[in-house]
Amino acid sequence: MSRERAEFADVGRTYRIPLSTLAAASAGLVTLALVLVFFVAPNDADQGFSQRIFYFHVSIAITAYACFGLGAWKALMHLWKRDPRADLESYVAIHQGVIFGILVLVTGSIWAKISWGHWWLWSEDQLVLFLVLFLFYAAYFMLRFSVDPGPQRENFSAVYALFGVVLIPVSFMAIRLAKQAIHPVVFTRHGPNFGGWILVAYIVSQVALLVLAYTLYRVELAGKLVDARLRRLREVTA
Amino acid sequence: MSTAEKYVTAAYCAVFAVVLVYVVIIALKVQRLEREVDELEVRAGAHDGEPERERETAVVG
Repeated sequence: MSRERAEFADVGRTYRIPLSTLAAASAGLVTLALVLVFFVAPNDADQGFSQRIFYFHVSIAITAYACFGLGAWKALMHLWKRDPRADLESYVAIHQGVIFGILVLVTGSIWAKISWGHWWLWSEDQLVLFLVLFLFYAAYFMLRFSVDPGPQRENFSAVYALFGVVLIPVSFMAIRLAKQAIHPVVFTRHGPNFGGWILVAYIVSQVALLVLAYTLYRVELAGKLVDARLRRLREVTA
Repeated sequence: MSTAEKYVTAAYCAVFAVVLVYVVIIALKVQRLEREVDELEVRAGAHDGEPERERETAVVG
Protein backbone atom coordinates (compact mmCIF):
# COMPACT_ATOMS: atom_id res chain seq x y z
CA MET A 1 0.00 0.00 0.00
CA SER A 2 1.40 3.41 -0.94
CA ARG A 3 2.03 6.08 1.67
CA GLU A 4 -0.93 8.21 0.47
CA ARG A 5 -3.27 5.24 0.37
CA ALA A 6 -2.21 4.24 3.88
CA GLU A 7 -2.91 7.77 5.10
CA PHE A 8 -6.40 7.63 3.60
CA ALA A 9 -7.09 4.18 5.03
CA ASP A 10 -6.02 5.20 8.54
CA VAL A 11 -8.30 8.21 8.66
CA GLY A 12 -11.29 5.94 9.05
CA ARG A 13 -9.83 4.16 12.10
CA THR A 14 -12.44 4.27 14.86
CA TYR A 15 -12.08 4.43 18.62
CA ARG A 16 -13.94 2.35 21.18
CA ILE A 17 -15.16 5.42 23.09
CA PRO A 18 -17.11 7.98 20.99
CA LEU A 19 -16.01 11.61 21.25
CA SER A 20 -19.42 12.71 22.58
CA THR A 21 -19.13 10.24 25.49
CA LEU A 22 -15.64 11.50 26.26
CA ALA A 23 -16.79 15.14 26.22
CA ALA A 24 -19.68 14.36 28.59
CA ALA A 25 -17.35 12.40 30.89
CA SER A 26 -14.85 15.30 30.91
CA ALA A 27 -17.54 17.84 31.83
CA GLY A 28 -18.96 15.58 34.55
CA LEU A 29 -15.59 14.69 36.07
CA VAL A 30 -14.27 18.28 36.06
CA THR A 31 -17.51 19.46 37.76
CA LEU A 32 -17.25 16.68 40.36
CA ALA A 33 -13.59 17.54 40.96
CA LEU A 34 -14.42 21.23 41.50
CA VAL A 35 -17.20 20.32 43.96
CA LEU A 36 -14.82 18.05 45.91
CA VAL A 37 -12.01 20.63 45.87
CA PHE A 38 -14.10 23.60 47.02
CA PHE A 39 -16.91 22.08 49.10
CA VAL A 40 -15.71 18.74 50.48
CA ALA A 41 -11.92 18.69 50.95
CA PRO A 42 -10.83 20.32 54.24
CA ASN A 43 -8.43 23.24 54.51
CA ASP A 44 -4.77 22.24 54.77
CA ALA A 45 -3.45 22.70 58.33
CA ASP A 46 -0.23 24.30 57.09
CA GLN A 47 -1.15 26.30 53.96
CA GLY A 48 -4.85 26.89 54.55
CA PHE A 49 -7.12 27.74 51.61
CA SER A 50 -4.27 28.37 49.14
CA GLN A 51 -3.42 24.64 49.16
CA ARG A 52 -6.52 24.08 46.99
CA ILE A 53 -4.45 25.06 43.95
CA PHE A 54 -2.60 21.78 44.49
CA TYR A 55 -5.48 19.61 43.22
CA PHE A 56 -5.35 21.00 39.69
CA HIS A 57 -1.69 22.08 39.64
CA VAL A 58 -0.30 18.59 40.37
CA SER A 59 -2.95 16.88 38.21
CA ILE A 60 -2.14 19.18 35.28
CA ALA A 61 1.61 18.55 35.73
CA ILE A 62 1.15 14.77 35.65
CA THR A 63 -1.19 15.15 32.65
CA ALA A 64 1.50 17.17 30.85
CA TYR A 65 4.05 14.41 31.57
CA ALA A 66 1.53 11.84 30.25
CA CYS A 67 1.01 13.86 27.04
CA PHE A 68 4.77 14.14 26.43
CA GLY A 69 5.11 10.42 27.18
CA LEU A 70 2.32 9.61 24.70
CA GLY A 71 3.99 11.86 22.13
CA ALA A 72 7.26 9.96 22.56
CA TRP A 73 5.51 6.58 22.36
CA LYS A 74 3.74 7.58 19.13
CA ALA A 75 7.06 8.90 17.79
CA LEU A 76 8.61 5.49 18.49
CA MET A 77 5.67 3.83 16.72
CA HIS A 78 6.25 6.12 13.77
CA LEU A 79 9.96 5.26 13.55
CA TRP A 80 9.21 1.56 13.99
CA LYS A 81 6.21 1.08 11.69
CA ARG A 82 6.56 4.17 9.42
CA ASP A 83 2.91 5.01 10.05
CA PRO A 84 2.13 8.64 9.00
CA ARG A 85 -0.78 8.71 11.41
CA ALA A 86 1.55 7.96 14.35
CA ASP A 87 3.52 11.10 13.46
CA LEU A 88 0.31 13.16 13.55
CA GLU A 89 -0.70 11.56 16.87
CA SER A 90 2.74 12.32 18.32
CA TYR A 91 2.47 15.95 17.19
CA VAL A 92 -1.03 16.37 18.70
CA ALA A 93 0.02 14.74 22.01
CA ILE A 94 3.03 17.07 22.31
CA HIS A 95 0.80 20.04 21.48
CA GLN A 96 -1.51 19.01 24.34
CA GLY A 97 1.52 18.59 26.59
CA VAL A 98 2.70 22.12 25.85
CA ILE A 99 -0.78 23.55 26.57
CA PHE A 100 -0.91 21.71 29.90
CA GLY A 101 2.70 22.77 30.50
CA ILE A 102 1.65 26.45 30.23
CA LEU A 103 -1.07 25.74 32.81
CA VAL A 104 1.46 24.08 35.15
CA LEU A 105 3.69 27.17 34.98
CA VAL A 106 0.77 29.60 35.47
CA THR A 107 -0.89 27.75 38.39
CA GLY A 108 2.52 26.98 39.94
CA SER A 109 3.54 30.65 39.82
CA ILE A 110 0.29 31.73 41.45
CA TRP A 111 0.76 29.12 44.21
CA ALA A 112 4.41 30.18 44.65
CA LYS A 113 3.34 33.81 45.06
CA ILE A 114 0.94 32.92 47.91
CA SER A 115 3.23 30.41 49.64
CA TRP A 116 6.72 31.83 49.09
CA GLY A 117 6.00 35.45 48.19
CA HIS A 118 7.68 35.08 44.76
CA TRP A 119 6.23 34.29 41.33
CA TRP A 120 9.33 32.28 40.42
CA LEU A 121 12.46 30.99 42.18
CA TRP A 122 15.46 30.11 40.01
CA SER A 123 17.02 28.26 42.96
CA GLU A 124 14.30 25.58 42.83
CA ASP A 125 15.39 22.58 40.73
CA GLN A 126 11.84 21.33 40.24
CA LEU A 127 10.69 24.64 38.73
CA VAL A 128 13.74 25.11 36.51
CA LEU A 129 13.72 21.51 35.25
CA PHE A 130 10.03 21.71 34.39
CA LEU A 131 10.73 24.96 32.50
CA VAL A 132 13.56 23.21 30.61
CA LEU A 133 11.20 20.34 29.72
CA PHE A 134 8.52 22.81 28.61
CA LEU A 135 10.93 24.86 26.48
CA PHE A 136 12.38 21.69 24.95
CA TYR A 137 8.93 20.63 23.74
CA ALA A 138 8.04 24.21 22.72
CA ALA A 139 11.12 24.09 20.46
CA TYR A 140 9.70 20.87 18.90
CA PHE A 141 7.30 23.07 16.90
CA MET A 142 10.12 25.28 15.64
CA LEU A 143 11.92 22.18 14.38
CA ARG A 144 8.79 20.65 12.89
CA PHE A 145 7.71 23.74 10.98
CA SER A 146 11.21 24.58 9.77
CA VAL A 147 11.24 21.39 7.63
CA ASP A 148 9.03 20.83 4.58
CA PRO A 149 6.17 18.33 5.08
CA GLY A 150 7.17 14.76 4.28
CA PRO A 151 9.08 11.77 5.66
CA GLN A 152 12.11 13.89 6.62
CA ARG A 153 10.02 16.19 8.82
CA GLU A 154 8.24 13.21 10.38
CA ASN A 155 11.55 11.48 11.20
CA PHE A 156 13.20 14.60 12.64
CA SER A 157 10.14 15.28 14.79
CA ALA A 158 9.96 11.70 16.02
CA VAL A 159 13.63 11.57 17.04
CA TYR A 160 13.32 14.93 18.83
CA ALA A 161 10.17 13.80 20.69
CA LEU A 162 11.99 10.63 21.81
CA PHE A 163 14.96 12.60 23.16
CA GLY A 164 12.65 14.81 25.22
CA VAL A 165 11.09 11.92 27.09
CA VAL A 166 14.38 11.49 29.00
CA LEU A 167 13.68 14.84 30.71
CA ILE A 168 10.39 13.61 32.22
CA PRO A 169 11.88 11.33 34.95
CA VAL A 170 14.62 13.92 35.56
CA SER A 171 11.97 16.62 36.13
CA PHE A 172 9.84 14.30 38.29
CA MET A 173 12.77 13.09 40.43
CA ALA A 174 14.47 16.49 40.81
CA ILE A 175 12.50 17.45 43.90
CA ARG A 176 13.18 14.06 45.50
CA LEU A 177 16.92 14.24 44.84
CA ALA A 178 17.39 17.89 45.87
CA LYS A 179 18.81 18.23 49.39
CA GLN A 180 17.32 21.66 50.05
CA ALA A 181 13.98 22.42 48.49
CA ILE A 182 10.94 24.43 49.49
CA HIS A 183 8.73 22.96 46.76
CA PRO A 184 6.48 20.43 48.55
CA VAL A 185 6.92 16.71 47.81
CA VAL A 186 3.52 15.16 47.17
CA PHE A 187 4.46 11.57 46.41
CA THR A 188 7.17 9.82 48.43
CA ARG A 189 8.41 6.21 48.40
CA HIS A 190 5.76 5.46 51.03
CA GLY A 191 2.88 6.82 48.93
CA PRO A 192 1.05 10.15 48.84
CA ASN A 193 1.62 12.64 51.66
CA PHE A 194 -2.08 12.99 52.41
CA GLY A 195 -5.25 10.95 52.93
CA GLY A 196 -9.02 11.17 53.46
CA TRP A 197 -11.01 13.64 51.36
CA ILE A 198 -7.83 15.37 50.20
CA LEU A 199 -6.73 12.12 48.55
CA VAL A 200 -10.21 11.50 47.08
CA ALA A 201 -10.37 15.07 45.67
CA TYR A 202 -6.88 14.69 44.23
CA ILE A 203 -7.64 11.32 42.56
CA VAL A 204 -10.89 12.64 41.02
CA SER A 205 -9.08 15.80 39.81
CA GLN A 206 -6.30 13.69 38.30
CA VAL A 207 -8.75 11.42 36.45
CA ALA A 208 -10.77 14.47 35.30
CA LEU A 209 -7.71 16.21 33.88
CA LEU A 210 -6.49 13.04 32.14
CA VAL A 211 -9.92 12.47 30.55
CA LEU A 212 -10.12 16.16 29.56
CA ALA A 213 -6.67 15.99 27.96
CA TYR A 214 -7.59 12.82 26.08
CA THR A 215 -10.85 14.43 24.86
CA LEU A 216 -8.98 17.51 23.59
CA TYR A 217 -6.40 15.20 21.99
CA ARG A 218 -9.13 13.31 20.12
CA VAL A 219 -10.85 16.55 19.01
CA GLU A 220 -7.61 18.05 17.70
CA LEU A 221 -6.60 14.79 16.04
CA ALA A 222 -10.00 14.49 14.30
CA GLY A 223 -9.57 18.05 12.99
CA LYS A 224 -6.04 17.37 11.73
CA LEU A 225 -7.14 14.16 9.98
CA VAL A 226 -10.06 15.89 8.24
CA ASP A 227 -7.67 18.69 7.25
CA ALA A 228 -5.28 16.13 5.73
CA ARG A 229 -8.10 14.49 3.78
CA LEU A 230 -9.33 17.86 2.48
CA ARG A 231 -5.82 18.82 1.38
CA ARG A 232 -5.54 15.61 -0.60
CA LEU A 233 -9.03 16.01 -2.09
CA ARG A 234 -8.14 19.55 -3.16
CA GLU A 235 -5.06 18.19 -4.94
CA VAL A 236 -7.20 15.54 -6.69
CA THR A 237 -9.91 17.97 -7.81
CA ALA A 238 -7.50 20.78 -8.82
CA MET B 1 -12.54 37.66 49.87
CA SER B 2 -9.09 36.96 51.38
CA THR B 3 -5.83 37.19 49.41
CA ALA B 4 -5.51 33.37 49.32
CA GLU B 5 -9.06 33.05 47.96
CA LYS B 6 -8.30 35.64 45.26
CA TYR B 7 -5.16 33.77 44.14
CA VAL B 8 -6.91 30.37 44.14
CA THR B 9 -9.78 31.86 42.10
CA ALA B 10 -7.24 33.36 39.67
CA ALA B 11 -5.52 29.97 39.25
CA TYR B 12 -8.75 28.11 38.48
CA CYS B 13 -9.94 30.92 36.19
CA ALA B 14 -6.62 30.70 34.29
CA VAL B 15 -7.18 26.96 33.72
CA PHE B 16 -10.74 27.61 32.56
CA ALA B 17 -9.65 30.48 30.28
CA VAL B 18 -6.91 28.43 28.57
CA VAL B 19 -9.28 25.51 27.94
CA LEU B 20 -11.93 27.95 26.65
CA VAL B 21 -9.47 29.65 24.27
CA TYR B 22 -8.41 26.21 23.02
CA VAL B 23 -12.04 25.19 22.36
CA VAL B 24 -12.69 28.50 20.53
CA ILE B 25 -9.61 27.92 18.32
CA ILE B 26 -10.82 24.39 17.51
CA ALA B 27 -14.34 25.73 16.75
CA LEU B 28 -12.88 28.32 14.34
CA LYS B 29 -10.89 25.56 12.68
CA VAL B 30 -14.03 23.42 12.26
CA GLN B 31 -15.77 26.41 10.63
CA ARG B 32 -12.86 26.77 8.20
CA LEU B 33 -13.04 23.04 7.39
CA GLU B 34 -16.79 23.35 6.73
CA ARG B 35 -16.14 26.23 4.32
CA GLU B 36 -13.52 24.16 2.51
CA VAL B 37 -15.90 21.18 2.25
CA ASP B 38 -18.56 23.50 0.77
CA GLU B 39 -16.01 24.83 -1.71
CA LEU B 40 -14.99 21.30 -2.72
CA GLU B 41 -18.62 20.26 -3.13
CA VAL B 42 -19.24 23.18 -5.47
CA ARG B 43 -16.09 22.31 -7.40
CA ALA B 44 -17.08 18.61 -7.61
CA GLY B 45 -20.58 19.63 -8.79
CA ALA B 46 -19.08 21.80 -11.53
CA HIS B 47 -16.84 18.92 -12.63
CA ASP B 48 -19.75 16.48 -12.92
CA GLY B 49 -22.13 18.98 -14.49
CA GLU B 50 -24.69 17.91 -11.90
CA PRO B 51 -26.62 20.09 -9.46
CA GLU B 52 -25.13 20.19 -5.99
CA ARG B 53 -26.56 17.44 -3.80
CA GLU B 54 -27.83 18.02 -0.31
CA ARG B 55 -25.05 17.30 2.21
CA GLU B 56 -25.54 14.20 4.34
CA THR B 57 -25.30 14.37 8.11
CA ALA B 58 -22.10 12.72 9.34
CA VAL B 59 -21.27 11.53 12.83
CA VAL B 60 -17.99 12.99 14.06
CA GLY B 61 -15.77 11.14 16.53
